[in-house]
Amino acid sequence: MVLEVREVRKVFDGFLAVDGVNVTVAGGDICAIIGPNGAGKTTLFNCITGHLVPDGGVIRFKGHDITGWPAHEICRQGVARSFQRINIFPRLTVFENVQAAVLSHRRRGRDLFTPVERLYREETLALLEQVGLAGEAEAVGGTLSYGYQKQLELGIALASRPDLLLLDEPTAGMSGQETRMTIALIERIARERRLTLLFTEHDMDVVFSIAQRITVMHQGRIIAEGSPDEVRIDSEVRRVYLGKAK
Amino acid sequence: MAVMQRLPWGLLALAAAGLLPFVGSRFYLYLGTDIAIMALFAVSLNLLLGYTGLVSFGQAAYFGIGAYACALLMMQASVPFILSLLAGGLLAGAAALLFGYFCIRLTQIYFAMLTLAFAQIVWAAAFKWNSLTGGDTGLTGVPFPAFLDSPARFYYFTLGVVGISLAFLRRVVGSPFGRMLMTIRENPERAEFIGVHVRWYELAAFVLAGFFSGVAGGLFGIFNHSVFPDFSYWTKSAEVLIMTILGGMYTFFGPAVGAGILLFLNMLVTSYTEYWPLVLGVILAALLFLFPGGVLGFLEAHLLRRGHREPRGT
Repeated sequence: MVLEVREVRKVFDGFLAVDGVNVTVAGGDICAIIGPNGAGKTTLFNCITGHLVPDGGVIRFKGHDITGWPAHEICRQGVARSFQRINIFPRLTVFENVQAAVLSHRRRGRDLFTPVERLYREETLALLEQVGLAGEAEAVGGTLSYGYQKQLELGIALASRPDLLLLDEPTAGMSGQETRMTIALIERIARERRLTLLFTEHDMDVVFSIAQRITVMHQGRIIAEGSPDEVRIDSEVRRVYLGKAK
Repeated sequence: MAVMQRLPWGLLALAAAGLLPFVGSRFYLYLGTDIAIMALFAVSLNLLLGYTGLVSFGQAAYFGIGAYACALLMMQASVPFILSLLAGGLLAGAAALLFGYFCIRLTQIYFAMLTLAFAQIVWAAAFKWNSLTGGDTGLTGVPFPAFLDSPARFYYFTLGVVGISLAFLRRVVGSPFGRMLMTIRENPERAEFIGVHVRWYELAAFVLAGFFSGVAGGLFGIFNHSVFPDFSYWTKSAEVLIMTILGGMYTFFGPAVGAGILLFLNMLVTSYTEYWPLVLGVILAALLFLFPGGVLGFLEAHLLRRGHREPRGT
């Protein structure tokens, strides 16, 4: 198992945001977590990536207990993530955004004297190529269109060569066209790099088209888990979630 | 335009500054020395403000510690000037390590307030610790090192120390380390998740800034022939912040330019009117309003192409 989440709980002022959740993700899998707003998906992500410390339970990554580790340590173990809201370095160029992640991954951050411009140029440009931003290398990150900024986020996440990539609503706010392109991009990259992917998404077409496993959350708990076909016919899922959407 | 960008502005400025003793009076030599020292102080602050996104409102703490340490070592232990100056920087850096350890645990306005609180503690200590610091009257009659006995010599020595320090800092901000600081300035949450240990880098920047502020303080104490508690007072911290913002916190040399403008204006206005704080205040407000992003930031954006600083000539 690449990721194992056991009985994880997170409480905010007496409100159980995540209530005894179990999730396992095998290497190379593409898994989705779905659920209505407020189901606890992002909170669960934040627990996995160290932005929040769970109030109970255990999180294992590649067999190591990483529960409560600081975010930068978890990242160094090989977990990368993108965020629901755009989360880039807005005043750095596209190149600098991705290069910074490469530098950090290569443990070069404590180098005080090498001129930074020349470091890892090829690697950075290759990453930009891969996420479709080769032509925007010199643009300032914050001036990009929304769709490009989302692609940049993906580039930053991939720069740390993760084993496990968590994407929090990778197509949030995108048009139908952008969504299809982004999903195709993510699927291709995941396959090429043999990435394990765990993502949240509210677009059901996207979820059912690429996920191999789907976990359904509702009010902090898991109410169903299985293949897309199994989830589609689950009566409770239909009641609390899919039923409402259709 | 590309030519403008490639000119070694720092070296040109240094060369021009080197000519001052031949063209200017003694008065301008003093002003030049003052500006050079404050330029180093402002650039060191900007490592925090402009590069790491940390608003230190108590940078004068390290300026003062450097000044007292350097002067006291020379006066009471007869340590040679160069060693005292270095020790002043190191001591200021050590204080920055201690205070910074607590400050970086807070963010934004709380960080600023705690840096201010530590600086006021340093000021209070300098004010009250009569036996060591001379209290209110300060340390007077700080000896001038024999080999720097003329204003021109001291000026050249200051230029040398400031030049080396700025070259070092420039190298640092252009390194991978500097880039990590910028990611923290831009987005600490995201920086964490490219694997940057945010607090470690913030503390490292704090210590570096403290060291160079201390060196600037050490120089200033000798230049001034005396050291006073006011070196660490909050107005000193505010003054260097104003210089930095006035010159441009997103450019390397902006704070140095800001130091030059503020001190030059200060000299000009005080010689014409007794209402100089009012006049100076109005001029500063106008400059800040006219040049958002600072004077050098404005010039860079309009004369040099900005946003194209990345890879050249490939």
